[in-house]
Amino acid sequence: MNGLGTLTTKLKGLSYSHKYTPPLLITGILLAAHLSFGILESYPKLITAITASFATELVLHRLIVGTWRDLSSAYISGISVGILIRSPQLWPFALCAMISIASKYVLRYKGRHIWNPSNFGVVMMLLLAPQSVAVLSIQWGNNMWAMLIIWVVGSISIYRLRRFHICATYVISFLAFALVRSWMTGDPYIAEIAPITGPMYQLFIFFMITDPKTTVQSKWGQYIVIVLIAFVEMILRINEAVYAPFYALFIVGPIAMAAELWYKDRHRDHSEVPNQHS
Amino acid sequence: MEVRKRNKILLALFFAVLLATPLILSNYEQWTGRSGLALDRQNALDQYGFYLEDVTEEWGVDFVHRAPSLDKQLDHIMPQIASVGASVSVADFNNDGLQDFYVTNSARGTSNALYKNLGDGQFEDVAGAMGVAGVNTAETGVSMSSVWADYDNDGYEDLLVVKWGKPLLFHNDEGEGFSRVSLGPEFPEWINSNTAVWFDYDQDGLLDLFMGGYFHESINLWDLETTEIMPESFEYAQNGGRKFLFHNLGNGKFEEVSDELGLVSNRWSYAAASADVDGSGYPDLVIANDYGVDELFLNRQGRGFVNAGEKAGMGFAPKSGMNVSFGDVMNRGELSIYVTNISEPGVLIQGNNLWVPTSGNSGGLSFRNLAGNFGVEVGGWSYGAQFGDLNLDGYLDLYVANGYVSARKGTDYWYDFSKVAGGNQTIISNAKNWPDMEGRSLSGYQENKIWLNDGAGKFREVAGAVGGSLELDSRAVAMADLNNDGTLEVLVATQKGPLKIYRTVAREGHSWISFRLEGVESNRSAIGARVEVVWDGNRQVQVVQSASGFSAQNQRELHFGLGRSEQVDHAVIAWPSGKTDTLEQPETGQTHLIKETKKQS
Repeated sequence: MNGLGTLTTKLKGLSYSHKYTPPLLITGILLAAHLSFGILESYPKLITAITASFATELVLHRLIVGTWRDLSSAYISGISVGILIRSPQLWPFALCAMISIASKYVLRYKGRHIWNPSNFGVVMMLLLAPQSVAVLSIQWGNNMWAMLIIWVVGSISIYRLRRFHICATYVISFLAFALVRSWMTGDPYIAEIAPITGPMYQLFIFFMITDPKTTVQSKWGQYIVIVLIAFVEMILRINEAVYAPFYALFIVGPIAMAAELWYKDRHRDHSEVPNQHS
Repeated sequence: MEVRKRNKILLALFFAVLLATPLILSNYEQWTGRSGLALDRQNALDQYGFYLEDVTEEWGVDFVHRAPSLDKQLDHIMPQIASVGASVSVADFNNDGLQDFYVTNSARGTSNALYKNLGDGQFEDVAGAMGVAGVNTAETGVSMSSVWADYDNDGYEDLLVVKWGKPLLFHNDEGEGFSRVSLGPEFPEWINSNTAVWFDYDQDGLLDLFMGGYFHESINLWDLETTEIMPESFEYAQNGGRKFLFHNLGNGKFEEVSDELGLVSNRWSYAAASADVDGSGYPDLVIANDYGVDELFLNRQGRGFVNAGEKAGMGFAPKSGMNVSFGDVMNRGELSIYVTNISEPGVLIQGNNLWVPTSGNSGGLSFRNLAGNFGVEVGGWSYGAQFGDLNLDGYLDLYVANGYVSARKGTDYWYDFSKVAGGNQTIISNAKNWPDMEGRSLSGYQENKIWLNDGAGKFREVAGAVGGSLELDSRAVAMADLNNDGTLEVLVATQKGPLKIYRTVAREGHSWISFRLEGVESNRSAIGARVEVVWDGNRQVQVVQSASGFSAQNQRELHFGLGRSEQVDHAVIAWPSGKTDTLEQPETGQTHLIKETKKQS
């Protein structure tokens, strides 16, 4: 009884931080998909991506900031790379993870990194090593249930993080722009919306476009940026870019971030000027 | 402050190196001039030990494949549906010691061709005279491949034509003609099959027949009742055709036993081949499935099959399997299995599989995919592949056919293809959801690969440098010594294109030996017999097969390059019956005709 009481006391002492929701969610999605369909072609590839991600984060943070860093963000980047990158070779997994993490420390504007790390890494690999790398673009399994479960669990988790509006805006925008594409190309509407039924989009929507560090802060800004991403994606899709969403986020995301940072900085400068005079 | 600045410079350098790495790795061969070499015959002989010469026209072969024209509801994606059917299978049908070959056509009303080797560097199409030409009809469907074997042990190779339609078996009437065999009710009226394998699964001396379905057998592609005919998933589909296993009863009759023996699967089978991969003495079956994993069915003493692919490490990563070929790539006396898949830069990099047997932790049968380590991973949209020692250096080389749909140059259907291929089953499985191809190419104009085995665990691509470049949509590949000069010619059947024959010219000073086997207690074609040749510290194993590769069959003779060695220590022949014959120091530079000795009673 005493033991149980102690355990209860200890559990009460634990607190759950919402920052662990995304890592737990992506782990859950991975486990569910792998146990159902065996989506991981090999464990070494995933482990390589996560290990490279951890190592890069630890070393660079220590080198640049001077302290050790919490690895939850590196974990998401590593696991995203492990799932998204498709290559029969091992080196692209390590390299993509390292590029992703390193981009956070190198490509900064006004003290913030402006690219989503794994988005940057994936796009760089597609641009620089197309002979060796592709990105996950097929279904996991062949039934609707797995997809629905991931959408529902993902949506609930994202809702608790108060970022569901970003996902919903993107999905609505994608479906609307798909209609435009279908009208323009003459291809069936269902063919235009087919990609969003795949896991690539689930990862893109739940973990890339909602990344708190690389999305603008104002809610209206978020709506506008997401619609812009979907719009640029439409343009890229009309030009037959297979991995259009990644390129769209790669282009729009940092521009929006930089614009907001610049605007805030300028606004602060302006608001500080009268004070100096007063 | 200085330290921070230094660290930032280091960081920038580190980042630059990271970004430069993929560029360097991907372009290393190009920059170092290790690829894209043009043909210089003397240089090819000096550097690689051989070159290839296109002799198709010179040898009198002018066959051009025509693709089927299917139901109009498929018009918008016809090139990708009607993308197979060009096949080639080699056999000496008249036992004159010269290799002949049969090629298939796939449009209704077209003729298949049987090229008889006249022995003077000329071939003559005798299919019409022999009664095996006009087999592509509305009633019985069209040809997809063919496979030879002496199913009735009368000493002549019989011919099975595999179809999207009704399979046809032709009995070889002592090399003078063929008569169609009435297949019993056990055979399906219609099966959309691309692969069949003759093998004696129960070792009773009679060849049995495996057939794998691609599209479901309920579908008549010329008269669709529904457009829901496509795979339900790009890599996890199980709505393809069923498997058939016909047990040869010995009286010209067959009994269908697939369910009874556990050979049950509805994956989209594109290719299959058989060899005893677990050393049980019974032939196993390896199946390459499009839209799914490779399957390994282990034969349990002829009494049943166990689907052991996943347990053996093969049936885990789903890809787009198109080919099965066996080769002892390291001269270790073990067969590796080569399965081709799809690789398109920046879009889909599945990589081909080279399943190499390894010692598993549990001691059971285990394979690892070492295609990357050996350098035979990234081909293209790959179809047929064959192992053969082209330069006679004692190591098996590899020819791989590539190219899916070569339509308008400069166009690409990949974007639309990937859009739907990534969709849920309700989308991907319905042909009407697939965007119109509008004459666009899809992984078209890809070059075939010739990978030269260096004997040290690496293959090097040399197609351009040895004159083997071919950009047509290649499907089936077969190897055979067509001119009896001790080197293997390469035959390539191309979709909607000509059959190509490449004569091989090898550097002088390399030797060879080959074996033509005839079973007595074993099936007369000796299919399943295993020959191990030991020479100069090397040993290599090959197995007599029927089907091999994709829609192809090599010559039945087993051909070994010996390098500079003039002598073979011994050759051990393990017959399917369990009998073993050993030849001590057989002469090199010739084909040995070996008849199975009878068991001592």
